[in-house]
Amino acid sequence: MNEIKEKMKVELSDDMKVIDDLTSSEYKWGFITDIESETAAKGLNENVIRMISSKKNEPEWMTEWRLKAYRYWLKMEEPKWPNVHYPQIDFQDISYYSAPKQKPKLNSLDEVDPELLKTFEKLGIPLEEQKILSGVAVDAVFDSVSVATTFKETLKEKGIIFCSISEAIQEHPELVKKYLGSVVPYTDNFYAALNSAVFSDGSFIYIPKGVRCPMELSTYFRINSQETGQFERTLIIADDDSYVSYLEGCTAPIRDNNQLHAAVVELIALENAEIKYSTVQNWYPGDKEGKGGIYNFVTKRGACRGNNSKISWTQVETGSAITWKYPSCILQGDNSVGEFYSVAVTNNYQQADTGTKMIHIGKNTRSTIISKGISAGRSNNSYRGLVRIGKNAVGARNFTQCDSMLMGDKCGAHTFPYIEVENDTAKVEHEATTSKVGEDQIFYLNQRGISTEDAVNMIVNGFCKEVFNELPMEFAVEAQKLLAISLEGSVG
Amino acid sequence: MLVIKNLKANVEGKEILKGINLEVKAGEIHAIMGPNGSGKSTLANVLTGNENYEVTDGEVLFDGKNLLEMDPETRAREGMFLAFQYPIEIPGVSNATFLKTALNEIRKYKGLEEITPKEFLALIKEKASLLGMDDAMISRYVNVGFSGGEKKRNEILQMLMLEPKFVLLDETDSGLDIDALKIVANGVNIYKNPNTAFLVVTHYQRLLNYIVPDFVHVLYKGRIIKSGTKELALELEDKGYDWLIKEEEMEKV
Ligand SMILES: Nc1ncnc2c1ncn2[C@@H]1O[C@H](COP(=O)(O)OP(=O)(O)OP(=O)(O)O)[C@@H](O)[C@H]1O
Ligand SMILES: [Mg+2]
Repeated sequence: MNEIKEKMKVELSDDMKVIDDLTSSEYKWGFITDIESETAAKGLNENVIRMISSKKNEPEWMTEWRLKAYRYWLKMEEPKWPNVHYPQIDFQDISYYSAPKQKPKLNSLDEVDPELLKTFEKLGIPLEEQKILSGVAVDAVFDSVSVATTFKETLKEKGIIFCSISEAIQEHPELVKKYLGSVVPYTDNFYAALNSAVFSDGSFIYIPKGVRCPMELSTYFRINSQETGQFERTLIIADDDSYVSYLEGCTAPIRDNNQLHAAVVELIALENAEIKYSTVQNWYPGDKEGKGGIYNFVTKRGACRGNNSKISWTQVETGSAITWKYPSCILQGDNSVGEFYSVAVTNNYQQADTGTKMIHIGKNTRSTIISKGISAGRSNNSYRGLVRIGKNAVGARNFTQCDSMLMGDKCGAHTFPYIEVENDTAKVEHEATTSKVGEDQIFYLNQRGISTEDAVNMIVNGFCKEVFNELPMEFAVEAQKLLAISLEGSVG
Repeated sequence: MLVIKNLKANVEGKEILKGINLEVKAGEIHAIMGPNGSGKSTLANVLTGNENYEVTDGEVLFDGKNLLEMDPETRAREGMFLAFQYPIEIPGVSNATFLKTALNEIRKYKGLEEITPKEFLALIKEKASLLGMDDAMISRYVNVGFSGGEKKRNEILQMLMLEPKFVLLDETDSGLDIDALKIVANGVNIYKNPNTAFLVVTHYQRLLNYIVPDFVHVLYKGRIIKSGTKELALELEDKGYDWLIKEEEMEKV
């Protein structure tokens, strides 16, 4: 039975691929008209911020908001508490504005880094898509504009707004004004303040009352905004009785010349609304010696404002040299539900400090945390989670399960659970395990004809099953392959 | 089919197998008996290539090929199968996924096409029902939460699915109730044919009532000290190992 389901998954994901192919090349063509490589000089000051804001044609209130954030940021210090280590970042040595860059144009896949091609092949990325991802010129054999238009039409009929945040600032200022910074204020932390001052672009979604968004919204479909990686800003609002599922990221390895990434994502779920946010993060992790690689310092937070609302974070994190990320839920509405499902893989010299915060404020609020950390090579993987039950959170419940798997004996896994309970009707459960990929498990699979590499993949995928089950199906299959690639050569 | 010559092996630096000689021909069933700790499971692990067991001397030919040179998965693909004394749990991996992967590896090695999901499902259902296993077991995680008896049945299910040439059963009868024992033995008897051979490790004669051996060997302190026909097992059931051990000690003196 399972097999049949799996087969269906694969077939469905193939269908999705076709759509992805069509729409991701839309970007490419969208770009050609407006590619003028424009990069601001290094350094940050009020003039740079005014320049960013004016380049984007922003209204005065937006410029002011950025400036306030900047002034606040100047007074803040970089956080030192995460369990990660990296050289001091010189914030004056970074360029904070760059118009979409044109990737170097290659004539064929023969000119692409063979290592990258090998990875594409293992991920099963179709040739055409490989070309797009690696910047090889492709012919448009289809009418890409019509695909995007059909897609936009469907959303428009339902009154759903899905656009870049820059566009939303222009077209829907009342929504942006009301919600931007309402979950993650610029005073929140060092990187959130920096992001608020200089954010480049990101997604904006508004789902009106009573609407169930009929398709998964993903960055692939977003029009007019690619190259937003460095200081991405995303805002999603689900109005009363609505539902939306959003997919972020991509399994293909993404390289970027910008080492520092500091994104902010804010989610707002009103009465009876549900937001499902899934991420596959595969930024360049650096080479086998730990050189290069992206620093990914992200603030993601959702507010369950309405009663009976629900926010669910699912993430598969395999990339970045350093990850610092705690997608959180503020459970304000009574009976609201927060979920966090995470797989974080580190290999070679990668460092990850990730986890979540579940802040229970309303009555009968419930939260579930399932975290699977896998460490290989000389990497370090920390889970950091806070569960806070406020005074009025009568009947609140949390269940946390935090499992670590070690591959080899040079890596580390650490767990930092923080539990604060101010209401004694609350129930908080925490389970944690640490295991090694068992030699006996590998031998058992070997004895049935399965190679050690495949055996390790099978065991690791099994370990992550509960999280993969939460991913939309077209992501789940790819996430499995991604895991295999990330852990290649780490055992045996 | 399998020729073992003067096989010696260490575990953690200690010599456990001290020179095993044994020949098993196609179509034969051999039983290995012997007291706890005599090296029966060690022999099974050495034959299947477990890295924790270090071969220090001897030779093993499997259909004329040098078995000891192959890695564990190649031995499996060549048709060597061990029903484990203590089957291993693999959380999150369904029996179906596991067995389909294994079956396809073996088919690939033999130059056959991959089995389709539909064929696979039909096949596993058929084999599971032969062993009185519920369909639900197929989608459950490998051995996770299985009772002792269910784990043993699951080993036999794998044997039926993978169709090995040479089968090692390591105390597959332990932990089975009498009905399950009959079912498992029946599974083996259905599978047995002139091209397969079995090496059955057991402590009890009762299994050998159902899986009737052509030869019985007694392993003691890493050596085969006595070989005989199925009557030897009956004698052991009756008299225990003491008389044999004494005979062996006498011989040494
Ligand atoms: N992995 C291992 N590590 C340490 N010692 C081992 C290991 N495997 C076997 N031994 C030792 O080797 C000897 C033989 O063990 P083995 O498991 O082969 O016996 P057996 O005949 O199968 O016994 P039983 O009837 O109890 O299953 C024992 O002394 C055992 O402790
Ligand atoms: Mg044994």
